[in-house]
Amino acid sequence: MSTSPSFSRSRREFLADAGILVVGFSLFPRALRARSSGGAEHAAAPSADALDSWLVIGRDDRVTVYAGKVELGTGVSTSLRQIVAEELDVPLERIAWVQGDSQLTVDQGRTVGSGSVKRGGAQLRRAAAEARQALLELAAEQLNVPVSRLEMADGVVSVAGDASRRLTYGALIGGGRFERTISGRPPVKDPAAYRVVGRPIPRVEIPAKVTGKHVYVHDVRLPGMVHGRVVRPPRVGATLESIDEQSVATLPGVIRVVRKGTFVGVVAEREEQAVRAAKAVNAKWAATPVLPDAADLYASFKSLATTERVVGATGDAAAALRSASRPVRATYRWPFQLHASIGPSCAVADVRGDGATVYSATQGAHQLVTPIAALLGMSSDKVRVVFTEGSGCYGHNGADDVAADAALLSQAVGRPVRVQWSREDEHAWEPEGPAMLFEMAGAVGGDGTIAAWTYDAWTPTHGARPTRDPATLVAGTLVAGKAAAGEFFSGGGERNARTTYSLPNERVTSHPVPSFPIRTSSLRGLGSPQNSFANESFIDELASAAGIDPIELRRRHLSDPRALAVIDAAAKRAGWTPRAKAPVRSGSASAQIRKGRGFAYVQYDRTEAYVAAVVDVDVRPDTGSVRVRRVCVAHDCGLIVNPDGLRNQIEGNVVQAISRTLKEAVRFDSTRVTGVDWTGYPILRFSEIPEAIDLELIDRPDQPSVGAGEAATSPMPAAIANAIFDATGARVRQVPFTADRVRAALRASKV
Amino acid sequence: MLARTTELVHTCHASSMTAVTPDDIRGEATVLMPYASTALRIRVNGADHDVSAEPDTPLLFVLRNELSLNGPKFGCGLGQCGACTVHIDGAPRRSCVTAVSAVAGKAIVTLEGLGTPERPHPLQRAFIDEQAAQCGYCINGMIMRAAALLASTPRPSRDAIVSAMDANLCRCGTHMRIVRAIERAAAGGVASPTGREG
Repeated sequence: MSTSPSFSRSRREFLADAGILVVGFSLFPRALRARSSGGAEHAAAPSADALDSWLVIGRDDRVTVYAGKVELGTGVSTSLRQIVAEELDVPLERIAWVQGDSQLTVDQGRTVGSGSVKRGGAQLRRAAAEARQALLELAAEQLNVPVSRLEMADGVVSVAGDASRRLTYGALIGGGRFERTISGRPPVKDPAAYRVVGRPIPRVEIPAKVTGKHVYVHDVRLPGMVHGRVVRPPRVGATLESIDEQSVATLPGVIRVVRKGTFVGVVAEREEQAVRAAKAVNAKWAATPVLPDAADLYASFKSLATTERVVGATGDAAAALRSASRPVRATYRWPFQLHASIGPSCAVADVRGDGATVYSATQGAHQLVTPIAALLGMSSDKVRVVFTEGSGCYGHNGADDVAADAALLSQAVGRPVRVQWSREDEHAWEPEGPAMLFEMAGAVGGDGTIAAWTYDAWTPTHGARPTRDPATLVAGTLVAGKAAAGEFFSGGGERNARTTYSLPNERVTSHPVPSFPIRTSSLRGLGSPQNSFANESFIDELASAAGIDPIELRRRHLSDPRALAVIDAAAKRAGWTPRAKAPVRSGSASAQIRKGRGFAYVQYDRTEAYVAAVVDVDVRPDTGSVRVRRVCVAHDCGLIVNPDGLRNQIEGNVVQAISRTLKEAVRFDSTRVTGVDWTGYPILRFSEIPEAIDLELIDRPDQPSVGAGEAATSPMPAAIANAIFDATGARVRQVPFTADRVRAALRASKV
Repeated sequence: MLARTTELVHTCHASSMTAVTPDDIRGEATVLMPYASTALRIRVNGADHDVSAEPDTPLLFVLRNELSLNGPKFGCGLGQCGACTVHIDGAPRRSCVTAVSAVAGKAIVTLEGLGTPERPHPLQRAFIDEQAAQCGYCINGMIMRAAALLASTPRPSRDAIVSAMDANLCRCGTHMRIVRAIERAAAGGVASPTGREG
């Protein structure tokens, strides 16, 4: 067998013998071949309209699903299997899964925005329903009975009341094609009849993950593969003054120092040799100071923002504020933060003269093809991107960038190259979650409702994903000498900028910071956690100023029964005691622990999951240390597909949000990011986790599923801030709530 | 000198749901490794392996790239996160900052040495039962560190678990489940806490 990449082979060719290859062992490019089970043929070119693009059924009765949405560690490859198993009446164990392959799977759009179950699941449900109908029609023909007399269960179609007349799905169509478009006409099941959806099915890949058998992109090995490392400048914009390639020439195993523009990388036979060479290579950079002093960061946002956009407005907020007897004003600040995956970004690329295959943990395999192709000077049809799971994702991290690094290095040496970033590369070069500045003003009127509400926020972009221009990838930027703007997503910074409270006089204004020398993009929740920190802290401040229970004030501005249901569920579960008075201020810097309880509520992205959180904290006034003791969350994301998977996601959101709120901020000086390891960018440790995270899941079988990958992060920062206020009377308005900041807030609260 | 990379044949785990992908992309070829200067014999998961590497090569790279033991993961290379944890003579050690030459003659156990998807170690079983993973990249370190804890302290308090695990980082926020899994394993008794020592 040829070991050249098989993009030149037709899909039909490489799938024709798939049944053999599944059980056989062969050299690369098996990956391109053993992609479906039982000799089934996949569609010639995956199109969302063609049923054969989505799933094939083998002679062995196995169902192979081709999903564009990918497993990022959130469990969607299990939840989506449940949806297919349910709709197709096939045992879950019989479903094989192919995901995120630019040449084999339908482009379902990037795996982002908590959309995999909501949108991706809906598509798969329709495809499975179509397949079910097709199988029924085939069985009706072969068994010579009307469809209405047929039953389906466990991968078998049988005649009702006559179990002897039955055909398995494999017998009906095994190895063949449906040749059917997805009409959307076949009925989908009534959720009341669900037997697989709604159950806490254990995640399919966890046994392999806990035994070292799961193959991450970091574990991909190709024959002849060598190892690359990148040598990054201090930051984008630095120029390469000189590089002495001879400085590593005598090191063992070094194959090549690769330079293209200011892109520099090394390739060596062995990983440790590449690591050593990357450290040893003598490159001199000229870096001009371009970053503002950290103390001036937020002021610089205001000077850089030249436009504004009114996100939403009702009544006349300015007039209402002017006429308010006791207006409240507050400024909130959020820092740059990292995705900070435990495994630094990694990719394997095999670039040949006639095409390239890239294994990547990208959120968008299809979307990564064109910029990689452009970077390599190839046409897009010669480039294939194969998603392979990486370390936790949490948004647009370095996965796309490292794929470009690997592709360039592989092209340079003509061999498959694996590149893994160093910890420093990851911390310094992954796209950061944007810092944000908020100025809020408002007032509660004499009737005990919010009479005025204004919001102004300044933020760099929350969306800078790769476009067709390779300069949207770090390697492409370094080759070209300048960055290109990534795919802008205007909704990102404005996600939950506007609350869901019904406010008579409201003005919500965003001030985009068009460019900033730190590259920013999508981090879990995009602007929602930040916006909700400001909004949900501020409504707490308004409630306290007006002497109204903070939950009660929120309820006065909500009418959606699902919103009220999560709020009441969280309050009841946590044993919320209504309070009208402002808390007693802590007075002295005592070592006596002060206990407090805070509340926050967010409907994610205003139309998605409803989340209410009650947080209990301990604050030590003398040290300023904050410990989250207990978290209670009520959560409604519509129909629940997998309740344990959902719990896992909510718990993860809660813990990660505590980490982001209490500990995380990117440190930088005038030329570079300086917090480039886990001491410079600390995250939450076991000794800092809550004692309990108590969840109430509100299942809504009559409502469509919406995502749960991000929603529970959003209320947490404000709930913690509100709890600190309840404990001490001190308001912390800048994330992270470090001990210094808490002590400063305590001092400020005394005057 | 040539070193042969012995690829473990990937077998589908119990539910056979991995039939499609992972082993498709695992190289199984003989990989030539020139320039490696020193022949060393190391004992991993009960078997001796002759490897060739410069003496200061991190053990992690030898385990992963020469023995195809993918359990231990590169997280930081600085000994800060614990993703690379293995047992050396029963003690949890960070293989990213442990030179291969320092472990000759010692018993090394990796995650693979504890158990398999078909026959998981009680801790691995507990992690499955508690669904104590999201991305799973840190889980190697969590299980290896917990296995060492349970070997010395079969019935640790929650505080002792938290204290032992404090040096390991998880980013997905799976901490609550990890603690529960360790408690579950401890409650059930861990028969062979450090796996095959050879």
